[in-house]
Amino acid sequence: MSTEFESETEQSKTVLQIEEATVRFCGDSGDGMQLAGTQLTNTSALAGNDIATFPDFPAEIRAPRGTLAGVSGFQVHFASTDIYTPGESVDAMVAMNPAALKTNVADLKPGGVLIVNSDAFDKKSLEQAGYATNPLEDESLEGFQLFQVAMTDLTRRAVDGLDLSQKEADRCRNFFAMGLAFWMYGRSLDPTLRFIESKFKKLPAIAEANRRALTAGRNYGETTDAFVSSYRVEKAKLPAGKYRNMTGNQALAWGLMTAAKLSQKDLFLGSYPITPASDILHELSRYKNFGVRTFQAEDEIAAVCSAIGAAYSGHMALTTSSGPGIALKGEAMGLAVMLELPLLIVDVQRGGPSTGLPTKTEQADLLQVMFGRNGECPMPVIAARSPADCFDVGIEAWRIAARFMTPVMILSDGYLANGSEPWRIVNFKELEPIPIKHPEGPVDGKPFLAYERDELLARPWAIPGTPGLMHRVGGLEKADGTGNVSYDPKNHQHMINTRAQKVKNVAKVIGDQEVMGEASGDLLVLSWGGPYGSCRTAVAKLQSQGHKVSHAHLRWLNPFPANLGEILRNFKKVLIPELNMGQLSMLIRNEFMIDTVSLNKVQGKPFHVTEIIEKAKTLLP
Amino acid sequence: MASVELPVLKPGDYGSDQDVRWCPGCGDYSILAQMKKVMATLGWPREKTVFVSGIGCSSRFPYYMNTYGMHSIHGRAPAFATGIKSCRPDLNVFVITGDGDALSIGGNHFMHVVRRNVNLNIILFNNRIYGLTKGQYSPTSELGKVTKSTPMGAIDNPMNPLSLAIGCEATFVARSIDVHIKHLADTLKRAAEHPGVSFVEVYQNCNVFNDGAYKYATDKALKADNIIEIEHGKPLIFGQNREKGIRLNGMQPEVVELGKGITEDDLLFHDETSPQPTLAYLLSRMRYPEFPEPIGVLRCVDAPRYDDLLNEQVAQARAEKGEGDLDKLFNSGDTWTVE
Ligand SMILES: Cc1ncc(C[n+]2csc(CCOP(=O)(O)OP(=O)(O)O)c2C)c(N)n1
Ligand code: SF4
Repeated sequence: MSTEFESETEQSKTVLQIEEATVRFCGDSGDGMQLAGTQLTNTSALAGNDIATFPDFPAEIRAPRGTLAGVSGFQVHFASTDIYTPGESVDAMVAMNPAALKTNVADLKPGGVLIVNSDAFDKKSLEQAGYATNPLEDESLEGFQLFQVAMTDLTRRAVDGLDLSQKEADRCRNFFAMGLAFWMYGRSLDPTLRFIESKFKKLPAIAEANRRALTAGRNYGETTDAFVSSYRVEKAKLPAGKYRNMTGNQALAWGLMTAAKLSQKDLFLGSYPITPASDILHELSRYKNFGVRTFQAEDEIAAVCSAIGAAYSGHMALTTSSGPGIALKGEAMGLAVMLELPLLIVDVQRGGPSTGLPTKTEQADLLQVMFGRNGECPMPVIAARSPADCFDVGIEAWRIAARFMTPVMILSDGYLANGSEPWRIVNFKELEPIPIKHPEGPVDGKPFLAYERDELLARPWAIPGTPGLMHRVGGLEKADGTGNVSYDPKNHQHMINTRAQKVKNVAKVIGDQEVMGEASGDLLVLSWGGPYGSCRTAVAKLQSQGHKVSHAHLRWLNPFPANLGEILRNFKKVLIPELNMGQLSMLIRNEFMIDTVSLNKVQGKPFHVTEIIEKAKTLLP
Repeated sequence: MASVELPVLKPGDYGSDQDVRWCPGCGDYSILAQMKKVMATLGWPREKTVFVSGIGCSSRFPYYMNTYGMHSIHGRAPAFATGIKSCRPDLNVFVITGDGDALSIGGNHFMHVVRRNVNLNIILFNNRIYGLTKGQYSPTSELGKVTKSTPMGAIDNPMNPLSLAIGCEATFVARSIDVHIKHLADTLKRAAEHPGVSFVEVYQNCNVFNDGAYKYATDKALKADNIIEIEHGKPLIFGQNREKGIRLNGMQPEVVELGKGITEDDLLFHDETSPQPTLAYLLSRMRYPEFPEPIGVLRCVDAPRYDDLLNEQVAQARAEKGEGDLDKLFNSGDTWTVE
């Protein structure tokens, strides 16, 4: 896929080989920065790099143009090595206006490449961004390689003669910026040209304009004397296989569809739109030919209730939401625990409380999903650690839900949901089937007992339509075995114990906790969910510096793996970094009576590797 | 076995082994009895029937039926039933609910399940009070109603369940009365047989917390003047000696005496199949004591059903794109290979 252009470049300008790069596009929320970032991601993935991304956008669809509140950014980290985070400090930044520059420039490395759309630095925009003087003219940007590119003007000229309004012409600026970034990292334009072709099929003039803007951006990098060098990142040495780029939400949707097929079930999703979970609903809605039924309910309560109805009727049932919606689903989730039906509840966490920071990430729903229901109401909880991992988590969650006849909570978060990374394509036939049996009728003429239990305490999943198995389920406490309503005090205690033990029994099948590094040492970094990548990278760095540090990343938060206590006790100190105020710490302290050290951050942003390293170092001898 | 003859079921076969725990004299008993009777006439296999309820005295109903059943949470039965019916169009699904359950906490779900025309049978037991929580006023309690929570009288305007259902374009709307057993059985049967959502409001006496709320409609001496049995294609006639009728005066119904120059032909004739919900709505607005209250089927029309449409889309997608192939999906679009 190398183009002629690449070889030309190599002749005319210096090409520097680098191991990795972090690039950020930032601009107004109407500037198409998410698209620019996604395209650079795809083309980098296709070039064989490992990638990780971090889209960051405002809650308002269109905040007033040019304001600080309206800045939208997309960061791509690509590398020739295995990477686990979307990068810390930025190597190259494209800033489309003064507001974007102001809110982002602090993350640019000293000496980093800074490309600005100089046309956007007029008096009004500078004022809106709160600049007293023009940063392109004062000396504030001296520490960077500053390139002032008249992007608006160059784009307008590139699309000249296409009979576009000025607004339409200006909207192509992001393609110009992409073209320039593609040149800088020696990327092929082909995937983006294909994208333009399919996306703007019905708008040939717009398609042509975007093509021209993209090419103009690349040519600008190639020909202008301003840029003396471009960069190349080798292919990453990922495990052999075929790959594609996946966001967390897409991976989760596909994992769930795969789980349905593995258990020979049709999937039913009851959902109500909410950021950042909606994309799972959008994605699943496209696959009716896979037997997927999606129901956009009138609210989150109806969404989860419809899913419970689907579960009762014998389908693989799912509901998806984010923290505020999970709060609404609480009562129905309690019912699902009482009914002992398999159900998956996805919580794509975002900043809270209440509406909080709807487009930003946080991990602060852990205690909500553990305890946010009335009564003694335990539920298994599993958390994804990276965008591609969401695929496996979807399958594993359903395996447990179906085996144990229990609702299972899946935790993702905004960072995983919208971020992307390469996913090694699996072969469906190589995945382990999920066997599910529904009782077919009474055995030996004995009356059917809807709450009779197997060795792991799961009850049978008898479905309506089966003769001889008629039974009633409901939220009132039930007598063990028959499932009939019972107010007997001893029976209630027994059922509470049984439901709790059933969830504990999940630990018997999820396997032991693994540790990256030595099995004992000075410090264990214990993490869950999205911070996996930062923690893993930080621990690897510390290990390479000779520290006795290991990393354990939890997939199951309820129950904890059986050997977790032993692991924790093998380390002098345990550090738990979380994007909340210490929720896992609270659970760990309670369960294992060990002192933990928390590293907490609730700023709507993921951890930087350096933050974890710095904290870890304070705990090391 | 090649063929199994369906056993002939009797009403008693529909009773479960659970003790019925309603207060002695509660109107719920009568509704339960009529439901069992109707079930036995429908010729459906018991295992294909599911009763779903919310919370309230009436919502204990599924425990007492020997079918599949779910006693769910307060107000949400329509949503559970939607999930069941969407996945399993082969099942006959009933929603049993109370006035508080359906119209207060469940108002939103009620509205949406009706406008979607999910093929369910919703039976609302309206006792104009909260029974299970011991006697607070409900959304259908009259203005000024004195209860534990309204010692100075209720000040919220009561809602009209039939008008609400018709406003949401329910395709089948009817009303009956717990003690009017033949009428009730006929109405339940018609509701069960209607394809699409059917909504039946049943006046139900809570003899503990709201005894006699419908005395005007059940008392032998009063009912002929206070209720009017409506029938498709027939004029609206009522009264002890069928001497009164309803006539339209412009857009307003009015009570008239037959004779003295007014004949049956001058009366309003009922048309339950009218495509516009106007007539059904007008009937639903006739309230005691100004008017006799209609019982019977106000509206019965055919319209596409949500559950059918959903399953048709699945079938259509499969026909157009073929059964989904995950390997094909995984390998579609931009991919690359690492050696
Ligand atoms: C979430 C929730 N809120 C409140 C209640 C208490 N509650 C139970 S039944 C009921 C009202 C029932 O009234 P209605 O639906 O008219 O049924 P009836 O008991 O009269 O048959 C209430 C408020 C509950 N069970 N759940
Ligand atoms: S409280 Fe009223 S509605 Fe409830 S069972 Fe008793 S009589 Fe019936």
